[in-house]
Amino acid sequence: MQKKTFHHGIHPPEHKHFTETKKLEPLPAPDKVFIPLHQHFGAPAKPLVKKGDEVLLGQKIGKSPVLFSASVHSSVSGKVLSVDGYAHPLGKPVTTVTVSNDGEDRLAPETQGHENPFSLSAEDIRARVKEAGIVGLGGAAFPAAVKLNPPKDKAVDTVIINGCECEPMLTADHRIMLEYPDDVIQGAELVRIATGAQRIIVGIEDNKLDVYKQLRQRDYAFPVEISLLKTKYPQGAEKNLIAALLKREVPRGGLPFDVGVVVQNVGTAKAVWDAVAHGKPLYERALTVSGSGIAEPKNLMVRIGTPFQAVIDHCGGLKEQSNLVVMGGPMMGLTQWTTQVPVIKGTSGILVWSEEKPAREYNCIGCARCVGHCPMGLVPTQLMKFIKYDALADAESAGILDCVECGSCQYSCPARIPLVHWLRLGKNKIISEKRKKSA
Amino acid sequence: MTDTGFLLRSSPHLKARDSVPKIMYAVVISLMPAMAASFYFFRLKALAVYLICLAGCLATEAVFLRVRKKPMSSLWDGSAVITALLLAMTLPPDLSWDIVLIGSVIAIALGKQVFGGLGNNIFNPALVGRAFLQVAFPVAMTTWSPPATLVIDTVTYATPLGNLKFQGALAQGTLTPLSDLFWGNTGGCLGETSSLALLLGAAFLLFRKTIDWRIPAGAILALGAFTGIFWLTSPQEYASPLFHFLAGGFILGAFFMAPDMVTSPITPTGAWIYASGIGLMVGLIRLFGGFPEGVMFSILFMNTFVPIINRYTRPRILGQRRGT
Repeated sequence: MQKKTFHHGIHPPEHKHFTETKKLEPLPAPDKVFIPLHQHFGAPAKPLVKKGDEVLLGQKIGKSPVLFSASVHSSVSGKVLSVDGYAHPLGKPVTTVTVSNDGEDRLAPETQGHENPFSLSAEDIRARVKEAGIVGLGGAAFPAAVKLNPPKDKAVDTVIINGCECEPMLTADHRIMLEYPDDVIQGAELVRIATGAQRIIVGIEDNKLDVYKQLRQRDYAFPVEISLLKTKYPQGAEKNLIAALLKREVPRGGLPFDVGVVVQNVGTAKAVWDAVAHGKPLYERALTVSGSGIAEPKNLMVRIGTPFQAVIDHCGGLKEQSNLVVMGGPMMGLTQWTTQVPVIKGTSGILVWSEEKPAREYNCIGCARCVGHCPMGLVPTQLMKFIKYDALADAESAGILDCVECGSCQYSCPARIPLVHWLRLGKNKIISEKRKKSA
Repeated sequence: MTDTGFLLRSSPHLKARDSVPKIMYAVVISLMPAMAASFYFFRLKALAVYLICLAGCLATEAVFLRVRKKPMSSLWDGSAVITALLLAMTLPPDLSWDIVLIGSVIAIALGKQVFGGLGNNIFNPALVGRAFLQVAFPVAMTTWSPPATLVIDTVTYATPLGNLKFQGALAQGTLTPLSDLFWGNTGGCLGETSSLALLLGAAFLLFRKTIDWRIPAGAILALGAFTGIFWLTSPQEYASPLFHFLAGGFILGAFFMAPDMVTSPITPTGAWIYASGIGLMVGLIRLFGGFPEGVMFSILFMNTFVPIINRYTRPRILGQRRGT
């Protein structure tokens, strides 16, 4: 079997055995949900409800004001308790609609499906996806409707469905492909129609051979290519995945559109199918709860707005010595200071484990491992030094803005230098200077 | 730390197991076969040189760490031990103890700590120490004795490369046999004589991916190409590339000194440029220079260019158009 891959990258231990054989299990909706109006890349949604309002399951409670945004829907039926700032997994408090759950899951009337979704026009599909508030579920939460709307001058020929799940520990995408293969593939076909592409390629890493074999054996009413990729991090990073599957390079600072490609995560493809065929807005998502600090690791289907604590309690609670709570994968996830934060659309996992005191940092000894592993072809240690000594122009010309913060450099650094931290700092400094200049 | 007791930090949250001390001690382990060979060929004289170098280097390192208020744990990160062992390996077996001590103090003080310690030095510290001794004590540094395994009746003795350069060994047919160079049954610096022992250690480093394979490869290719051309045109006048590869300090330099992470380039293209520069210079000095051997000067010379090589040999960024 020929396995495709990209240059460089790393092979961290996978730790997927905790959950990879566990079925996706629906988590009962909690008594109260905390639904932030900003869960996506772009502008926050505007609240459509106020304290005391009755809301239904799937009712739109936040409206996207601009193109780069996403609507937000209630994940339970019940009464709005407050519309106010609340703790958010991205760090800063965000305007959040708190709904008390009446436990009846009364469905909003607007959640209407379509009998023959494949007969819909590209425009109809896009409108339904936008209406459903769908964002990329791989973690970056980029509004899906934007990705389905290629600029007029960029012809899209290929839709890539990203089934790599290259982050260690996460298995939710794996389970979605195994348990909902039709939804994923049909969602992919809708994405293809919406973007006017000709091909669909589903990319799967070879640590998920069960999925690969299953998807290969099925019959589809339309052409779908299932492609096997080497298990390597970050295989699922958009630009690397495109390079691996199509040998096309997204130009620096460009988008996949520039090489005629749209990439969607498998969970997003399923969400597109649910929205267009069944009228179901994005009010729940699959996620993995794992790590040595979790008593019973699981894959769960969780309502948006469920506090981390409720999710963790369902998995047997925290083990006492745990001191690290991460949202997302262990390579790019965000640490949390409290388990009161809610699950948002971008929550691909909740990981908990215990970390010892960090080892001491050494000077860079020039081992060049960061150079050898960077999937973007950067020289991270040089960039780190530029930022340390405030040589922003040098850092920019050396390509710091091409960094995708995948963490391969820092993972492999024997001197334990927080390279990603320095690179992020540099990127922020450069971008904010640019804003100042253009303002 | 937060009031909930959870750690807050930026990603990634996983870490590979290798660390600076582990890398350094891997190099120390890789030097063991060559050390053992030097004990075998030069007996107790060798042991004395190693011990003086270790004492001198570690003591100097400790003084600097104390004065610069740096963590004393750095003393045992393995880097000073490597400097001590490498310096010892580049010294003649009969060097008197005070000269050895001076060399080891200079290696750490001027080779490493004045630049800011591990990671900041421009030159290979062991070679800085050796270069200083070469200039300060030129006679002592070029007085050689035969290995204990070789029974000959002279007190002083020339190295294989000295023989080649000054005694006309090629014309007289007294060139050191390749097998002696391979096993180490010949004169020379403590740790450089046994190619076999060095290559064993080098194989370990390459297998462990501790050193960049491009650097020994580039140096060997360049030296081979340079000496090969002359050998092919006039084999009665010039020694073969294999002789140059096995004789003198080339293997020690190409596998253990040139790939020193701190003082070699971090880009793949840079590694090729740096390494071929070393190979070429070694060939040039050996064939046409005033010295019989040129590994030390070649490495030090190319060390100077490392920062500029790094700057101008960055890899192509994904999505960058070729040639921009």
